[in-house]
Formats: sequence, structure tokens, C-alpha cells
Amino acid sequence: MEATATYIKRKSNGQITIKSGNKVERVIRWTLILLTLLTVVAFMFFNYAGLDLAKAIPETAYNLKTMFLEPGLSHFSWGEAIYQVGITLGLAFLATILGAVIAFFLALMAATNLSNRWVSKTIRVVVAFIRAVPTVLWVLIFAISAGLGSEAAVLGMLFHSIAYLVKAFSEAFEEVDKGILEALRSTGASWWHIVTHAILPSTFTYLLSWTFLRFEINFSVAVAMGAAAGAGGIGFELFMASGFYFDLREVGLITYMILLLAIILEIISTRLKSRYFPATSTN
Amino acid sequence: MNEKVMRNHRKRQTIIFSIIIIVLTYLSSDITNFNIIHGIATLPEAVKWIFSNLFINGETLERLPKILEKLAETILMSIAATTTATVVSIFLGIMGSKTTGTSTALGMFARFVASIARNIPVVAWALILLLSFGQNSVTGYLALFVGSVGFLTRAFIESIDEASLSAVEALRATGATYFQIVYKAVIPQCLPQMISWILFMIETNIRSATLVGILTGTGIGYSFDLYYKTLNYNAVALVTFSIVLSVIVIELISNHIRKVIL
Repeated sequence: MEATATYIKRKSNGQITIKSGNKVERVIRWTLILLTLLTVVAFMFFNYAGLDLAKAIPETAYNLKTMFLEPGLSHFSWGEAIYQVGITLGLAFLATILGAVIAFFLALMAATNLSNRWVSKTIRVVVAFIRAVPTVLWVLIFAISAGLGSEAAVLGMLFHSIAYLVKAFSEAFEEVDKGILEALRSTGASWWHIVTHAILPSTFTYLLSWTFLRFEINFSVAVAMGAAAGAGGIGFELFMASGFYFDLREVGLITYMILLLAIILEIISTRLKSRYFPATSTN
Repeated sequence: MNEKVMRNHRKRQTIIFSIIIIVLTYLSSDITNFNIIHGIATLPEAVKWIFSNLFINGETLERLPKILEKLAETILMSIAATTTATVVSIFLGIMGSKTTGTSTALGMFARFVASIARNIPVVAWALILLLSFGQNSVTGYLALFVGSVGFLTRAFIESIDEASLSAVEALRATGATYFQIVYKAVIPQCLPQMISWILFMIETNIRSATLVGILTGTGIGYSFDLYYKTLNYNAVALVTFSIVLSVIVIELISNHIRKVIL
């Protein structure tokens, strides 16, 4: 129905406009022009304090060469390094799994076909607010009352994971066939019966793959939290190696380790995506 | 009989799956020293703290112009990083896509560059670049730029692959040159999708810019870090609210643009 409304545009006197899609083109053009202008403005207002491009570029090239061609460890052993990677993975895993459990229940309340309108709207607004605060700010805010360390990091990452997963899960729940729900309701099944016997079985694989996709994101977030919020793990070692020891070889090796893990996680999640979400690419 | 076997099988699978998850959870909390009970116990305290300390008062409002200036710097930096990354990514995307790629070697090169740029976290790029570029906007800009190139290239390769086969074939049949095909068929067809990705990238970059700013000492991240470390929590609240507001406004604008063009 809507398709015809957008494609045949009429003027006020009923005449059909031949150049359809005009508005789309105009919006695209203005978006591009605006972004270009803002970019130019950005470059004019940058803070260039202490920047010497002629020196910085060759120096970076040299640094990158040292980092990636001669990686090595000097401040800690291989065992320690792997242990630190384990901590980062552990942080990511905890935030993901706790987030998934909490998000599951919140998503049941946020799905429009399972809950009333006001509850679902409230949850959506709260979730949008949580997502707008960068993860690192949540971690730092929690660090004040929980103390720096894994608890603050997991709580902070948990908040974002919940926000992300509630959105994904509730969309999956809303796609469950109406007929199934109606059939169960007509037999007098309770809300909880509907969830365990209709919603959960038909969406379980989606939920699992969304959770894994979030785990992939949480891994790099955990690295970042280690570096910026002192949450420990390989991110913190990276921060120490580059900011305190200026040990390029160690930075190189740590980067390699992060890169390797990230690529493995990405390969798994790409497979999951092409298997379970063939039509849509993620965002 | 058969149904029973299947049910038992299913049950066993569920049990094994739950055991694996529980063991992994236990291992992770052990290795990270995470105490779930302590974690839950601090949550009400944290919420109480947030409500009793994180509010904006008149004194902090005096700092508003300064904070807004930093915020503008951060937003502009994110936009600049995204748009310049777009230019590079379009070339890499065309090189890497199966429909428009000219040679497998170039395609491999594009995918390789994108994969490296994307999978090394933005934080790591920021720390690496910080060593020689020093504490200024350019460091943050470059870190965001590299991350965006990685992400956008993959997104563009996917949109080009999805969108344009038939149009490319039609143009090829008329004897159009390669550049005509790319310029007249591929780009116009993928443009709405690409803009949608660009807007998404800007949103993501503003959040990462805060994080990068804490490390490189620029933009709104630096303001947050400064007030946080000097225990000026009212100013922290103001910074947080200004970030939230700007992220939500930008999200609303880009959702609106998306609705029109897609």
C-alpha cells in the first residue's frame, strides 16, 4: 500500500509529478554537502598544539615497523600475557552472559506483542538513554562506588550489553508468528507458558547468535576499558607498555595478540550471521 | 518411542550447554576476581551515589561554554574522521567487491587492509599514534579514521555486492567503460545504503571519541577525565548529560534521514 503512495506523487491539482524520488535526492545531496562543510570546519578548528607532521609521520612509520616486525616481550612472560588475555576474555564473557540473562527478561517486557504499550515504551526510552552514555563513562562512574577493578568494568559493560541485547531480542520476539501466540492463548496458557513453549523455542538460535555478536563487541570494549579505566587485562598492559615503558616491541606483540583473537571472533560471528541472518547485515 | 529418544537427546544437549556456560562463567569470575554478590550489592549503592552526587548545579553551569566548545570539537572530529574515511573506503570497497573488483590481488589487498584496521581496537590505534603525534586532535582523528576505514570498507563491500549486479550487466552490455559503470551504476545504486552506514559510523565515532579523548587528552573525553580526577562530580554530570543529549539528537537526525532515503 505504502509503495504506491511514495511512487506516484501528485501536485495539489492532481497532476502526477514526473520526477519522483525528488525528495530522496535532495536529502542525499544536502546530507553530503553538510558533512563536507562540517569536515572542512573541523580541520580549521583542530587543536594542532605540539604537532610536527614532518617529524611525526616518519617517526610513526618507524614505530610501526619496530612494532610489527620485531615484536617481543620484556616486562612480563608469555604465561602472564596469556593470563592477561584470559582476564580480558573473562570480563567480556561475564558482561555478555549476565547481560544476556537480564536482557532476556527486559526484552520480554519490551516486546510489543507480549507486554503492554506503556511498559514497553518506558523500557525503550531507558535503553536509549543508557546506550547514549559511552561505556567508558559508565565504567568510571561505577568505579567511584565499586572501586576500580573488575566489578566496575563488568557493571559498566553490562549496562551497554543489556541496552544492545534488549533491542535485538525484543525485535526477535516481535517476529514470532502471531498464530502461535493466539493458539496458545486460546487454550488458556498463562503468559509464562507462552514464553517457555512458544517464544523461547522459536527464537533460541537468534538469541544465541546475537549474544555471540555482542561477545565479539565486548571483547574490544574490554580491551578499551583496560586501557582507559584501569580495569586490568591485556588492554591495561597495552596502556602501560605504550604510555609508561615506551616499549614498542611489547606494544607490537600485544597488538598482535588482540588482532589474532579479534579476527578469530570475527570469523565465527560472520559465519553465524550468514547462517542465521542471511537477509540483513548487522548494525 | 522415537519421540522419547529425541526428547532425551534434546534434554541432554540442554544440560551440557548449561554446564558449559556455568563452568565458563565460574572460570571468568575466578580469573577476573569478579564477585557477583559484591557486584550486585554495590549496584544500589552506585545508583544512590549517582542520584546524590551526579546533578548539575548553578556553579557548574558557568563551565558550560567551555564544555560545549570541547563537545563541538569532539563531534567535528568524529564527522571529519568519518567523511575522510568514506573517501578511502569507497576506493577500497570498489577494489574489494566481487562485482567491481578488477583483480583478485587488489581485492585481497583491500580486504586485508580493512581487516587489520578494523580488528585492532581504536584504543590500540590511539595509543600507538600517541607516541609520535603527541597530545592533540590529530591523534584522535587518525585513530578514529583508521577504525572507520576498516569498518566502512567492509560495509561498502557488502552493499556493493548486494546491490548492483543487474545494473552493472546492463551497462556492460551497452559497452560502457569501467569508470562509467562504477560512476553511473554502482555508486548511485549504493548511495542510500552508504549514507546510512556513514551516519551509523558518525554515531559510533562520537562514543569512541570520548574514549579516545581520555587517552589522548583532547575533546570532551579530556574534560570528563579532568573533572573526574579533580572530584568535581557536578561538572562530570554536566559533561555526561551534554554527551547524552548530543548523541540522542544525532541519532534522531540520522534516523530521520534514513527514513527518507531508504
